[in-house]
Amino acid sequence: MRKTSAILHLDMDAFYASVEQAAKPSLKGKPVIVGGVGGRGVVATASYEARKFGVRSAMPTGEARRRCPNAAFLIPRFSAYREVSDQVMGLLSELSPLVEPLSLDEAFVDLEAGPYGEGLDTERATELAVELRAEIHARTGLTASVGLAPSKLIAKIASEAAKPDGLVVVPPGGERALLDPLPVRALWGVGPATAETLRKVGITTVAGIAAADPDELVRMFGQAHGRGLHAHALGLDDRPVVAERDAKSVSVEDTFEVDLVDRVRITAELDRLAARCVERLRGAGRSGRTVVVKMRRYDFSTLTRSETLRAPTDDLAVVRETVHRLVAQVDFTGGLRLLGVGVASLADFAQQDLFGTADEAPADEAGDQTGEAADAPTERPDSGDADAADPEAAAYGSVPVFHPGRFGNARWLPGQDVEHTEFGPGWVQGSGVGRVTVRFETPGSPPGRIRTFPEDTPDLKATPPLPLVPPGNTEATT
Amino acid sequence: MKFRVERDVLADAVAWTARSLPARPAVPVLAGLLLEADGGTLTLSSFDYEVSARVGIEAEVEDEGRILVSGRLLADICRSLPNRPVEVSTDGAKVAVVCGSARFTLPTLPVEDYPALPEMPTAAGSVAGDVFAAAVAQVAIAAGRDDTLPMLTGVRIEIEGDTVTLAATDRYRLAVRTFLWKPDQAGLSSIALVPAKTLNDTAKALTNGDSIQIALAGDKLGEGMIGFEGAGRRTTTRLLEGEFPKYRALFPDGAASVATVETAPFVDAVKRVSLVAERNTPVRLTFSDGRLVLEAGSGDEAQASEALDASLTGDEISIAFNPAFLLDGLSAIDSPVAQLSFTTSTKPAVMTGKPDMDAEATDEYRYLIMPVRLSG
Repeated sequence: MRKTSAILHLDMDAFYASVEQAAKPSLKGKPVIVGGVGGRGVVATASYEARKFGVRSAMPTGEARRRCPNAAFLIPRFSAYREVSDQVMGLLSELSPLVEPLSLDEAFVDLEAGPYGEGLDTERATELAVELRAEIHARTGLTASVGLAPSKLIAKIASEAAKPDGLVVVPPGGERALLDPLPVRALWGVGPATAETLRKVGITTVAGIAAADPDELVRMFGQAHGRGLHAHALGLDDRPVVAERDAKSVSVEDTFEVDLVDRVRITAELDRLAARCVERLRGAGRSGRTVVVKMRRYDFSTLTRSETLRAPTDDLAVVRETVHRLVAQVDFTGGLRLLGVGVASLADFAQQDLFGTADEAPADEAGDQTGEAADAPTERPDSGDADAADPEAAAYGSVPVFHPGRFGNARWLPGQDVEHTEFGPGWVQGSGVGRVTVRFETPGSPPGRIRTFPEDTPDLKATPPLPLVPPGNTEATT
Repeated sequence: MKFRVERDVLADAVAWTARSLPARPAVPVLAGLLLEADGGTLTLSSFDYEVSARVGIEAEVEDEGRILVSGRLLADICRSLPNRPVEVSTDGAKVAVVCGSARFTLPTLPVEDYPALPEMPTAAGSVAGDVFAAAVAQVAIAAGRDDTLPMLTGVRIEIEGDTVTLAATDRYRLAVRTFLWKPDQAGLSSIALVPAKTLNDTAKALTNGDSIQIALAGDKLGEGMIGFEGAGRRTTTRLLEGEFPKYRALFPDGAASVATVETAPFVDAVKRVSLVAERNTPVRLTFSDGRLVLEAGSGDEAQASEALDASLTGDEISIAFNPAFLLDGLSAIDSPVAQLSFTTSTKPAVMTGKPDMDAEATDEYRYLIMPVRLSG
């Protein structure tokens, strides 16, 4: 345990939804739900306005639509989020080299390891946190909640308590006051099962766990979990902030609107996934030895098949060939709702393959779906419109969002950035029955007007996201 | 059936035939070794539908006959017999093996259920046994061992007139060897893909003969087979199916740099440096004029480096390899001096051997090795 509240936990408020609200001025103050927009989609983030209707992350989009029918339902634009995230992480790394990102919108910082570490006290740390929040708002127009505490556990709980747009500082010794009244679920490692077991013995709050006999907890949950629970309930946590956590595997997956049964179609989807997976693998400068295919059947039973190669590879041809081999024996009867491709046993070197394609597409050029583009024409008769319409498809991470545009021939997706030859930049508000509605506004502009065009208008084209705050104009949104 | 035979001769013949016995026979009779006594010859055969082996030895045959016994057991027995003549005789459904004062009684297997051995394909030509064995060993080292890509577990044999080309690859390296042989007919042209392990075992087992007959599939007889015969031993192997990759184009046209290194110190250095290369992480080679620097290990892990004399013509180059693949190649070139030709650090390198530093490298054997690309 530290003597100062030097561990900072930063969590952007309703991150994806806030980025969308900043990018689309007409949505400011309105419920926004980002996630899979198809029948099987789930909510990635809901804005605070939407949360009032009971919409939560990971909720099926269908349910979110019932609870909050007037919300804007948008597809995630990961490249935009990543851009903002990079700015925020950049600010954090100015505070200390020890930054542990947990996701695009969340990170721990060890302030003692940084330039302000010398003689740092809780008061100075608080000043830094206040400045940080102001700076993030100035640079991105978004709000962040910050928890400052002597340990990671407490810092995280503090930032949760600070939400939205707040700062909670827990001084050394103040842990119990914060923790005690919280429900048991607030602690890490307490999920529905543990909470239920605790409820049966009458423990509903963290104070209850702290007051319990540690041996009793060990009897209920085993040595590691029982002891850990008790220590955490007392606010004891000495895990260090780790700057870089080595990824163990790189994987991508997609859930489909309609179960896939056709082997040709499944193979084509696997090829797509393999290309995305290899692209991410190369983007991370890694290679891997084990290729994994994940398949979820119509009845939710999941099977995985894996093969370990003799040497690490980052070669699309090798990964794809291995994937084909792995699924050759699998029975698809009944259909598959989800497919995934991953590479594990990571290494930082790649054994080149005599029959591969790796040397034609070096890692530094892989950012643009090089491999996929190079091989697509012969094997993917359906490549075309769908691809052009979802430039972000490659950015879809392990979030099990729907593959936009894969079904229903939707050419335009809600939230997508577009540009019209006459009306300029805007975003797709909706599409259907041969028409597409676009709202013409940009970050920082006043709320724009909507216009409707035929779906196949040649004047409209998909574009990459615009920056939230134009460069050199950091005050624009403040 | 009854015959007498020298212990060593029998033990050798049994051991060789029993080698190709299947560990888990598809049908019980395939675990048997077929003994046929006829005239002054004892013929031993084994067959597992993939590989057949047959050897004839001289024996004092009293009663002709044909029996099938457990091959594994007979091999174990023969190996441990004292050095005295061995007498084998049948007694009803049993067979007795007597040697000196040792006596074994074995049950026989139903010989009428034993499948007919495949006919030897039509003979196609011959080559010296030691040349063949050496060539096969040099190539088989690069063959794949992974059944997921069956065609890469084979050695491709190409016959074009009096030239035989062997090639094998596991997709990370490719070994190609050419040698001359004596074809039975001029203008012969044939291709076969033979399981590398079987071919290597066969070639080794046939070295004691002066020459090996290689028999390739004719029009009808022995289709999908290759046969080898030498020193009274004959074996057939079923060929692998599948398309062997087009490998000739993989060899680069020219070279940007050519390095020459003495093989023995190079091998020692690779072995030393790669001690820190866990799980075959790469060894980096940097060639500059007069010098080769080997390095392995990186970051927080153990590291090693060593410098050697080397001559270089062309551009300086830094390139990384899997140390096991590198060592395989250096041992396979089987020459005092190794020559390595490079184009770039991401393109395959060609390794050849030569008798001394100043000699011309021969193209008889070429080992193509794919580098490891380091990230970051």
